[in-house]
Amino acid sequence: MNNLFRGFGAVFYKEVLHVRRDSATLFFSLFIPLIQMFVLGFGIDTNVRQVHTVVFNGDGRRESRELIDRLKNSDTFNIIDYVSNDRDLNDAIISGRARVGIKIPVDYSDRLIHNMSAQVLVLIDGSDSSVAGQAINVTTAIGLDESLRRVLADRATFSVDMRPKLLFNPDSRSPNFLLPGLTAILLLNVTTFLTAFAIVREKERGTLEQLFVTPVRPFGLLLGKLLPYFFIGFTELCLILACMRFIFQVPIHGSVLLLALLSLPYLFVSLSLGILISSKAGTQGEAMQLAFVTILPSIFFSGYIFPRETMPIFFRVISYFVPASYFINITRGIILRGAGIQHLWMDGLALFAMGTFLLIVAARRFQNKVIMA
Amino acid sequence: MPADNGQRPEEASIYAKNLVRRFGDFVAVDGVSFRVEKGEIFGFLGPNGSGKTTVIKMLTGLLPLSEGSAWVEGLDVRTNAESVRERIGYMSQKFSLYDDLTVTENLQFYGRIYSLPPVRMKQRIDEIVQLNGLGPYMNRLAARLSGGWKQRLALGCAMLHEPKLLFLDEPTAGIDPVARRELWDLLFELSGHGITFFVTTHYMDEAERCSHVAYLYYGKLIADGTPVELKKIPDVQPAGTKRVEISTPEVTRALKVARKISGIRSATIFGESIHALVEDSFDLPELRAQLLKNDITVTDIRPLTPSLEDVFVELTYKHQAQLETVRE
Repeated sequence: MNNLFRGFGAVFYKEVLHVRRDSATLFFSLFIPLIQMFVLGFGIDTNVRQVHTVVFNGDGRRESRELIDRLKNSDTFNIIDYVSNDRDLNDAIISGRARVGIKIPVDYSDRLIHNMSAQVLVLIDGSDSSVAGQAINVTTAIGLDESLRRVLADRATFSVDMRPKLLFNPDSRSPNFLLPGLTAILLLNVTTFLTAFAIVREKERGTLEQLFVTPVRPFGLLLGKLLPYFFIGFTELCLILACMRFIFQVPIHGSVLLLALLSLPYLFVSLSLGILISSKAGTQGEAMQLAFVTILPSIFFSGYIFPRETMPIFFRVISYFVPASYFINITRGIILRGAGIQHLWMDGLALFAMGTFLLIVAARRFQNKVIMA
Repeated sequence: MPADNGQRPEEASIYAKNLVRRFGDFVAVDGVSFRVEKGEIFGFLGPNGSGKTTVIKMLTGLLPLSEGSAWVEGLDVRTNAESVRERIGYMSQKFSLYDDLTVTENLQFYGRIYSLPPVRMKQRIDEIVQLNGLGPYMNRLAARLSGGWKQRLALGCAMLHEPKLLFLDEPTAGIDPVARRELWDLLFELSGHGITFFVTTHYMDEAERCSHVAYLYYGKLIADGTPVELKKIPDVQPAGTKRVEISTPEVTRALKVARKISGIRSATIFGESIHALVEDSFDLPELRAQLLKNDITVTDIRPLTPSLEDVFVELTYKHQAQLETVRE
């Protein structure tokens, strides 16, 4: 048994020396992901607020001004300008100055006073679907609210009172949603790149060829080379979680220990992917390109940005083959929903299976294309 | 041919019999047999892509043999690849060092790879350093060594575990002449201690220094023997011919003239002289007279023993001719 891992100690020790000597690489691989995290955490807010809005108030009386105040108070609209004709209203949207144009007709107050239905035109720029959706929802709600108020007059209670309550992320904070997903992407990034580079570098130097004619066994070689990067990946995870918890104030509802435990199969997948890339790439440049090929699907098909449920069936099938899909489910589950092992064991198992599969494919490729080439 | 001279395969350093390696339809190594005795410096030559690396990979157990058999240091590589690797050392032309590790760290790494116990490792490193003079550079990063020193370090790494057989793949490519000379002096010294060397090279002067040379041409071994033996084989020195060297200040014109003279079978330029294969009946004063008649100043004409380069060139021509007749 010991024989199977021959050379492990020697290779591991040497790899640690490389990492220590090249502290710049270590520093960048640990801190660049954190910088990415800060940019996304502080800079991006997926909630739609303060949409630029232009108003053409053809009426101008008290009722119309009340309606405008309601729109302003919703926090969704930010009225940047008032115009006095239809053309200016259209221009404001076409030029992109405003996303929403609201036209209150001349007879708005009159019709209300005479208990007739008053129409308000809401023009919405549909080029950004989330902004448009939010604008429709809020204007409809305000219209409904306004109507009910007038119909019910002094009767104080509604017959049906819907009270939505957001679980787990009550303030709809974007960092709470984005950062657990980002953790999965960054971790994949760091470990896959580092492993692929570490092996391809030896290919470029010719030292890999040299190692093959020594008694080192392939398992000893790979394990010795990968273990240091496994530790770096794990350190990275801890750093990301610490920043998320203490700087971005994202509460962790579940067990940190479980998260650490379930990150092991994910790191395993990332490392295997790194070996697979290194069996294909001859230079570090090629390794970089191949690593990007694996990272893009992780960003787009994992549910990190776009929900997997609304994807067309084709992409949804792809998403099942993207390891990040499972790990994002794990991170969001534990961090936001306080999920336990009974909810997440399937994801952990899927990752473990993927890692094993990738490692076998990578090891075979390595044997055929690298050692025997 | 020295292969299979009646001795048992286990007694040779390398014994290869009818090695064949196919990649799909392509036959990279086609029925190669040779035998390297212990303590020899075996020069393995051939053009790029002729299959030298494939043979090395087969002998070191990295590539399974499609056919044939091979024993290295008394072990069958087909069944004992791992034990073979314990007993051999390998140095590639890239010198395969870790640039960001120091000389000591590079040596220690290989010591650990071969599981040398710490005391033994220290002892061996001291011995190696004494032998190759790396002493003053022990704490220097490998990246900062010059080509010659890198190569000495690489050799040191390859022989730290006291292999009985060392494969050196173009060990002198790209290093300066002094370092080249010194390396060969070192190889001779070590071979005196019974270590066998399997050296690939493109330098003919290095081939001349080997005690045993083989030439691989597109998968087939077309020459195998000591340099002296090879120079005597009939294809190189056909019966009734002799080689002469003609020194002249105007080699290019002289070559044209020489090729027209009947009695000269072939002629090539070597620096400031012409090497020609002439018929025995054609004596040297007569040759000189013929050249002078054509206005060629001849400073000297003398008989010449063929060089190894002549040997390989002649054998390659002959082999190409054979291949063409086969195709027709």
